[in-house]
Amino acid sequence: MTALEASGTGKGPVADAKASAAGSTPVTPAQHNARKDNRRKWIEIAIFVGPALLMFLAFVVFPMVMAARYSLYKWDSRQPFELAEFIGLDNYTRALFGGTDPETQEIFWKAYAEPFWNAVGNNAQIIALSMLVQLPIAMLIALVLNRKFPGRSSVRLIIFAPYVLAEVTAGLMWLMLLDPRGPVTQMVQGLGLPTPPQGWLEDPTWGFWTFFFIVSWKYIGLAIILFLAGLAGVPEELQEAASIDGASWWQVQWRINIPLIGPTVRVWAFLSIIGSIQLFDMAWVLNKGGSTNQYATIATLMVDTGTQRNDGGYASALAIIMFIFSMAAALLYLTLVMRRDNAARARKGA
Amino acid sequence: MATDTTTQSYRQPTKQSRTRTRLQGDSSIYVTIFVALIAVGLTLGPIIYLALGGFRSNGQLAADPTGLPDPWVWQNYWNILTQGNFWEYTLNSLIVAVATTAGVVLFGTMAAYPLARYAFKGREGIFIIFTAGLMFPLTVAIFPLFLLLNDLGWVGGYWGLIVPQIAFALPVTVIIMRPFLAALPDELEEAAFMDGLTRVGFFYRMVLPLAKPGMVTVGVLAFLGSWNAYLLPLVILTGREAPTTLPLGVTQFQGQNAADFAGIMAYTFLAMIPALVFFLMMERRIVDGLSGAVKG
Repeated sequence: MTALEASGTGKGPVADAKASAAGSTPVTPAQHNARKDNRRKWIEIAIFVGPALLMFLAFVVFPMVMAARYSLYKWDSRQPFELAEFIGLDNYTRALFGGTDPETQEIFWKAYAEPFWNAVGNNAQIIALSMLVQLPIAMLIALVLNRKFPGRSSVRLIIFAPYVLAEVTAGLMWLMLLDPRGPVTQMVQGLGLPTPPQGWLEDPTWGFWTFFFIVSWKYIGLAIILFLAGLAGVPEELQEAASIDGASWWQVQWRINIPLIGPTVRVWAFLSIIGSIQLFDMAWVLNKGGSTNQYATIATLMVDTGTQRNDGGYASALAIIMFIFSMAAALLYLTLVMRRDNAARARKGA
Repeated sequence: MATDTTTQSYRQPTKQSRTRTRLQGDSSIYVTIFVALIAVGLTLGPIIYLALGGFRSNGQLAADPTGLPDPWVWQNYWNILTQGNFWEYTLNSLIVAVATTAGVVLFGTMAAYPLARYAFKGREGIFIIFTAGLMFPLTVAIFPLFLLLNDLGWVGGYWGLIVPQIAFALPVTVIIMRPFLAALPDELEEAAFMDGLTRVGFFYRMVLPLAKPGMVTVGVLAFLGSWNAYLLPLVILTGREAPTTLPLGVTQFQGQNAADFAGIMAYTFLAMIPALVFFLMMERRIVDGLSGAVKG
């Protein structure tokens, strides 16, 4: 909130000047008008908050509640919902372990649970790889770039650019570049290295890694920029002091810079985890999660189920499961990891 | 130990400047520049390749995927800019993004104002409802949302995009704007009331102008979100008459001209340009907004 607070307090002197010019005697509301004032206050509150609250309830909360309801039905979404049949938690049990009926369990395991766990696995791998691969790379780049050098601001600008591009355009760009007969293939072959025979994205083993590379290309800029913003707040005296004491560059980074931007890193990790759980656009643009679902996510499976297979009930169950995952991740993370940061911030009174 | 040396370095400016060079590494500026060049190359390389690919013919691309345009072919870009629906799609995207931004900024700031400056029962409750909205991604609600919009007759039109996008952007807007509005000095409000302004008048005459930096921040984020949106247009903009936004237009072009690699490259690059220009104009605001939202 630093930036906002800064711009907020920047207005301070101006506002104070205006206030004192107008005479800053405290207002005492007339006693006999208290009830009228009170009604007036509530009308004002309704005018201000009303539109936003109504829109929010109608277009965010209501659809969420309906999704929970639909998830309890067997429903062909081409038919009106009145024709749907209530089946309790069957959609959920099918996703998790192929349903409770032993006769159909094997078929349903193949049809529902297998794609579901495949997608969950992909989401989980993307989360893990973000922490194990994106985080160290972004941190290293941020630490190295955290100094004055010619063209610094342009470099920062460029590194961040992919983040603002639509996933659709970025995805199509990589689809072109990674075409089996495209430039990446030619360059790799030019180096005398083997290339995946079925193409970068379609190969059973390479497909997922290629997808992760594309996602990283798109999002690592956010991590670098946030880390750099955090590093800008580390007092130079600390680094200088350590340096005088004979600490090497690595020791300065490891003992001072990285611990001090811990809160920024933890917030980035939080955003990254939630974003990874809900990942959709990029996977969908790149051949709808891949022809063998090699990088399908819960969200692409859900949209595929709802639009291509018209299974409204099962798609809604997947949506609710995704929501539960995000909620659980958020709550766990907030209580386990970020509680310390929030407590520290509260102590500072910021 | 640390405190000791800090004061020391304060007392001795000459030593401090020597430290500076050591701290930033003796020859490590080359390491920095090397890393910067690699990062810039990996970021810009693909985009430049895409832009150049649009200047080649499909024959050139097939013969030598990594080559340069030879000769330069203007046809791909020219055709897209003069014949197809590129401008129409861009205009559609612009209309939706501007309307979404206006709605988010207006309604979000309005909602944040009493939550920041009125004392009333249920205030924290309403705020918590909005905050919880951060946990409801549009993806989760997409099918019921489609049915709701279908009942309203908004499927296949602008409103079906604009209103839900505003609704889903409200939580982050209220969360950013509330502390911002709370930071406005109380004296200002008191003085305004002394001058006979009502709360509503105060909001329009004083709050809106003073809250501009915060509004620009949330507005820029809302604009980008709307401009890049894919899932909602994909589901809502169905039917013959429906307007098409740019991200949908790009995928449609790709679907209809799957073999025309040069054309797809040109189209994709053209579709990137508005976002890149907007980013160049608003870079500070976007970065501040994101780091602000993160730190808040």
